[in-house]
Amino acid sequence: MLLIRCPYCEAERPELEFTYAGEAHIARPADPSALSDDEWRDFLFIRTNPRGRHFERWRHMHGCGRFFNAVRDTVTDKFAMTYKAGAPRPSDEEIALAASSVKEARP
Amino acid sequence: MLLANHPLLGKTIAGDKTSSLTIRAAEDVARFSLRIDPASAQSAGAAFGTPLPTRIGGLVENGGRTALQLGPDEWVLLAPVAESDAIAEAFAALQEPHSLVDIGHREVGILVEGEAAALALRSAIAFDVEAMPVGSGCRTIFDKAQIVLIREDNNRFRIEVWRSFADHVWGLLQAVSREIALGI
Repeated sequence: MLLIRCPYCEAERPELEFTYAGEAHIARPADPSALSDDEWRDFLFIRTNPRGRHFERWRHMHGCGRFFNAVRDTVTDKFAMTYKAGAPRPSDEEIALAASSVKEARP
Repeated sequence: MLLANHPLLGKTIAGDKTSSLTIRAAEDVARFSLRIDPASAQSAGAAFGTPLPTRIGGLVENGGRTALQLGPDEWVLLAPVAESDAIAEAFAALQEPHSLVDIGHREVGILVEGEAAALALRSAIAFDVEAMPVGSGCRTIFDKAQIVLIREDNNRFRIEVWRSFADHVWGLLQAVSREIALGI
């Protein structure tokens, strides 16, 4: 079972307590009525679906109840880091730093 | 109180001497769910008569009243049944915007005591129960049922579970205590 760090509870919690909530950092268009049908379709349905690093939303449903963002590798399923909702997308250096500190804590 | 008729009330799963595990239904208490801006937590603590914890998982107990923080802006308050109305009135006078909901009839308390308490809970809880600090609590999953787990002491835990899930949790604890008693 995956252990996921909740940035609000500041604790590693079992995967069971969480629900997945899709890709992160998808901003709702400021003026939806100005969008063409294709643009609106892209906003609603088209996701990057990458192989490798993925920025995604999770919800600590059976814990604090909060949505937060996570960086997960879709190949290895390993979480590099988690961060609070609303925070900007972390840079490569921040992700590498967070991933290495996790490795030190749990060799 | 509705809970006076709950089938679990007064029940006990007594472990034998070797298992040193006792599981019993807790006495009925008043329960409230409090949602308030963390910046106003201090005035809410004044209304409750016990300062609210400021960290998720934090637990403050004072004169029979317990406050546990479950989320950034969410607390659960436990108090003796007789003080229920007084607490509701105290919060009604609170100026800050907040929501206080009486959830006293929604949940049943189960006390798990004894040296094997953590072992028994470990059977159905996925995180490291042993590492949980004394005097803390959290919401989690017991098998498939959502519970609030409080560690009151090294060997004493309290489970707060919705009454409709209580039989399921109780049945599992019964099976587990049997296994522990037999040394399986």
